[in-house]
This record gives sequence, C-alpha cells and structure tokens, in this order.
Amino acid sequence: VKVLPGGTELEPRTFLTLARVLIVTGKGGVGKTTVSAALANLAAKNGLRALIVQLATPQARLSPPDGWAPEAWQLGRLFGSTEPVAYEPSVLVSHPTGGTVSARAIRPDEALVEYLHLHGMRRLSRRLVASGAVDVVATAIPGMPDMLVLGKVKQMERIAAAGIPDTPSLIVLDAPAAGHVVSFLQSPRGLLDAAAGGPVRAQAEEVVEMLEDPQRCRVMLVTTLEETPVSETIETARLVEERAGVQLGAVLVNGRFPTLDLPERLDPEGVGELSLSAGVRPLEAEVASLSRAGLLRAARQASQTAQLARLAETLPLPRLELPFCFSSELGPRELDELTGALSSGVDSLALDVS
Amino acid sequence: MSGVARIGTRVGRVVVCVGPGGVGKTTIAAAVGLKGALSGLCVCVVTVDPARRLADALGIEGVGNEPCLVTPPQGGKAWPGQLWAVMLDAQSTFDHLVRRYATSNAQVDAILSNPLYRNISAALSGTQEYMAVEKLYELAEEDRFDLVVVDTPPSQHAFDFLEAPQHLVRLLDNRFFRLVMTPARAGLRALELGAQLMLRTVARVAGGQVVADTVQFFTQFEGMEEGFRARAKRANELLFSETTSFTLVSTPRRDAVDEALYLASRLGAAGAPVSSAVMNRCYPRYVGLSPATASLLAGTPLAPLVANLEAFRQMERQEDEQLARVSATLPEAALVRVPLLSGEVCDLTALGDVARYLPR
Repeated sequence: VKVLPGGTELEPRTFLTLARVLIVTGKGGVGKTTVSAALANLAAKNGLRALIVQLATPQARLSPPDGWAPEAWQLGRLFGSTEPVAYEPSVLVSHPTGGTVSARAIRPDEALVEYLHLHGMRRLSRRLVASGAVDVVATAIPGMPDMLVLGKVKQMERIAAAGIPDTPSLIVLDAPAAGHVVSFLQSPRGLLDAAAGGPVRAQAEEVVEMLEDPQRCRVMLVTTLEETPVSETIETARLVEERAGVQLGAVLVNGRFPTLDLPERLDPEGVGELSLSAGVRPLEAEVASLSRAGLLRAARQASQTAQLARLAETLPLPRLELPFCFSSELGPRELDELTGALSSGVDSLALDVS
Repeated sequence: MSGVARIGTRVGRVVVCVGPGGVGKTTIAAAVGLKGALSGLCVCVVTVDPARRLADALGIEGVGNEPCLVTPPQGGKAWPGQLWAVMLDAQSTFDHLVRRYATSNAQVDAILSNPLYRNISAALSGTQEYMAVEKLYELAEEDRFDLVVVDTPPSQHAFDFLEAPQHLVRLLDNRFFRLVMTPARAGLRALELGAQLMLRTVARVAGGQVVADTVQFFTQFEGMEEGFRARAKRANELLFSETTSFTLVSTPRRDAVDEALYLASRLGAAGAPVSSAVMNRCYPRYVGLSPATASLLAGTPLAPLVANLEAFRQMERQEDEQLARVSATLPEAALVRVPLLSGEVCDLTALGDVARYLPR
C-alpha cells in the first residue's frame, strides 16, 4: 500500500492534509492520545487549524458517565492545560503560524440529539432521550452509538471540506483501541445490513461514503516496539482495510529508545576494564550499576530493533518514529520533543518518495 | 454476603485482575496463577485475548472454551500444584447460557439465529465482561479449583466488569423493554398505547425493520428472564464475597496510575476494595554514581553508559512519586513492584521470573 504519490515534495503540511480526518488507533497503552496530540500540534505549527476529537464514553454506552473519567484530563495535560476535554471545543494552543490545536469530546447521545435538531426533529429527540428508548435501541443495535459519533465526525469533515474560515481544517480522531476500532468503523455498514431506515440509514450511508474515501479519511496506526502491540497493529491494519474498507495512512512507532552508542562489552568486568583504561577507577557498586543498566538498555534496544524489522517486513506503510521520553508524566516539553521528531520523520519520508 | 463464600465442599478463592489497558494485566494474571501452582494449589487462569506467544506458552492457543492443563517447561521441575488455563470465548459462553435457561429447543434456535442476538453476543461492549464473570462463576461453581484467577477484558472503563452481571438484567429492567414485553406476558394482542408511541418514535429515527427485530428479540427471551436474573444475582454475590479479592495492575506512569486509582476508588465505593496493587514494568533500582565518578567518566567511551544510568535513575525517581501516590491513596493494599525485565514475557520461564516478585 503506497499512499504517498511518488515524486512529490513532501512537507509536513502535505502529509497532514492527505486526508481531512485522521483516525488514530493502536493497542491500549501505546500512547494513542499522545500521538494524536503530536500530529495535531505538528499540523498547527504548519498553520493548520487542527481539532482533536475524543470519545467521551466507553463505546456503545449512551448513559452519561457520573463525572469525568481521568482520561478527560490526559490530552489537556500535554498542552499544559488543567481542564478536562468537554463537548464544547476549546483551544489548547495557538502557534505564531496562525495554526491552532483545539479539542472536544463527543458523546453519542448528544450527537443524536444534535442531529435530530438539525433535521427538524427537536421534539422527537427529547422524547427519545427522556423515555429511555435510546438506551434500548442502542443496546440492541450495537453499532448505533459508534455510528452517531462517526456521523458527527462526518459533519465536521464536511465543514472542513467547505473551508469555512475559523473552522478546523484537520480532524484528528483519538479512536477506540485496536481491539475495538474495527467494529467501530464497521458500525455504519452494520446498520445498513440491519436494514435500518429513516435518518439513521441516511446518516450511515453518508458515513460509509466518507470512510471509504482516502481523500477524506485515513487510519493512522500507533504502536510501541513490543511483541503484542506490533502483532495487534499488523492484524488491525489487515482488518481495517479488508473489513472496514478504510485506507491506511501511516504507522507511528512510539517510544523507541534513542540510539545510544553503547560499548561492546557490558558485563561488569568489561565495564571495569574500560574505565581503567580511561584512567578512572569507580567503586564496584558503580561499575555494577553501569553494567546492569547498560545490559537492560541493550536488550531492550535489540528487541525494539527486531520488532521494527518485523513491522517493516509485514506492513509496507510509511513509518514515523517518536522517541521514548524518559519521564513518567508527559507535558508540553515532551510534546514539543515528539512533535519535532514527527516533523523530521515527515521530512525524511519525502526523501523516500522523491 | 452469604452462601457463595462456600462454593461446593471446598472454599475456592478468586482473584480478579483489573487495571487500565496495556499495563500487562494478562501477564500478571498468569503469573499469579503460576505462583499458586508453585505453592501447591490447583489453579485456573481465565484469560481474555492473551498475546499469541503467551497463549502458545500456556498451550491454550486455539483451544476452546474449556480449561486445559498447562505443562511445566521441559527440563524444569514439576510444580507441586496444577496450572490450568482457559481462553474466554464470549460467544460460546453466551450460547451456553441461552441453552441452559431456554424453556424449549425452539426457543434456543430462535434466539441463536436472531441477527440481533449475534450482534449483542459478539460485539456489544460489556458482553465480554459479562461473559468473563459468567465463566468465572461457572468455574467457581464447578468446585475443581483452589484458586481461579481472572484477567479482565481491556475495556475503556474496566469498571464495566463489576457491573457485568447486571448487564442483561439492566436491559430487562428498562422501562421501554417492559412496555414491549407487556403484551407478550398478558397475552394481549395490541401493545399498550405508550409503548406504541415510543416504538413509532424509534421507527421514525432508525426504521421499522430495526424496531421489529428488536421487539422480536426481546419477546424471544420470554420465560428465560428469571433464570438470567437469578444467575446474575449469584454471580454478583460471588464477585463481592469475601473469597474474591481484587488485584489492581498498573504501570507507574501518571496516566495509567490516574486510571488505576479511579478504578480502585469506584471498586471501593462498590464494596470491593483492592487488596493489592501490582505496579508492573518499574525501572530497576540502581546505585547512582558519585559526582566525582560521573565527571571523570564524561568524555570517555563510558559516557553513554553514564547517560543511560542517569536516564534510568530519573525514571526510577519519577516512578517512585507515582508509587507514593498509590500507597497514599490505597493504604490498605499491598504494593507490589515488578521490575521491567530485559525480555518480553512470552514463555513459562519468563512468567516464572515475574512470579518471583509476587507475594505468596
């Protein structure tokens, strides 16, 4: 799957506008949200207005959560904000280029009510929500809440396509984890198969149209270089293309250890000899620490390299790498570092295709 | 809670591993099981979607919904106890339940072939959790094991697991559903006016066929409701009984710890406090260099090793802050630190390495 047109000069802006909606997915814990933030931030630095869309409730659940779950704060924290992401869009950062990153969370029930309002069914929507009928239908028709969310994304994508001033030009969807994303993306197709009718059918048809158009929508796969996430990424890539019919954009490799030029011998004797020949005589405990930490780093680096090779061999997609940040809490500083890495990654992709 | 604490003739214990996605829950669950087998217990580990290589190692790859015996690695010592493992198949577990509570074969056929049932049992969020609890209950009821360890599904809100037994009951209790069911119960031919109105409303939004399928699906459950309800109640009692304990699994990263503590607080509020918190993949503890050594080694071929040690120690310090948050928030829970290992945990030997760090 070659997605980049050969010979084109590839600037980050070109890369990020290959499609108006980037659907970011990956196994739980690989850093989907962080990578979504870095993509949006890179777009904003290049003058685009990027909107990160998050899903406010667990999939297929229409009842509102009691209070905010901790995930609501994760995205804001990367931009130095202490507010949770809410239904109303809020600006997280503005760059001198005029580009911005905003974020909002979509809830299926709110999306449904809004849709019905827009289509002149205000009273109907109120009755549906008040009666609890929405819950039952959503439970019986599992694709419904997912489709409502995608319907809302599609509406925003239409606005982006129209190029209306001060509206987002790029939508980054922080999508469900790899295990769920295929059924998420299949939801409108499933509703059509279930012989849905009325406004739901019309909306499902429009969403399918968007999902299948590579100019409008692509899936970005996030992975770390470990056995399970890589396997899941390969499997998800196949299912996204075959079952959901959505074009793949790129693989974003998160958490790769920056290459360290480690000495060949990392055992305590080797480290001891090396320091002696440099005229230093560290304590035995110091030598042991240097050796143990070095061995762990070397082993992890080697297994990352092996996983990267497996990924490259199995998935012929453009690949961008984000370095591991030695920090257990990521904030604006780390986000800047990751955005920079992404930017140079895109630059070197250009070399590959030209 | 009464009754279920004693399951059959033997008091079996249940350990439920909960935590955010991607922190190594499956690995920890398997290691808890192995630890049990090493100390002479007959253990069954219920895993949901294990990594392929771990499944291979446990010998459960491609095996159906029934426990199979895990054999110790060749050349290794025999385990004093036994380790069994089962890979959850939500679909067949649900089918099994329907067969059990249906009033006739015709009802079984009607439900199993209903397209909505296939949707619900295969794809509906919450169903996997529901079936994991169901499997757990089934195994506990069978009285074959001293210990059953469950690895919960990777759900956005792992709390779904605790609510899982109520999953179908909640649906059956829904006002809309009750309205739809009324004519079937009372033998009335026409739906009550209110129900009709609501159905028409839904039909306007989603189409008449969808409504017809939904109504048909619910009416097919007629007569099974009580069975499901009673079973859900017993499964719920098992989850909250004294023999069940919850192990919180997380990595020492801020985001994961936030999610884990949120989960723990909701478990606690529901009357199911976590008894231990396993912090997985912690950077190992290293002795630092003296400032003198560090400055002497700068510019030598050992400089990268110095930088590496410093980076690892910085992680360790930051992780300790996260660990401190966990112990401050969960003072009653035993805090267990499992270090980042040099290889991936995908065979029984590596699993043994993890098990070494777990308490007895």
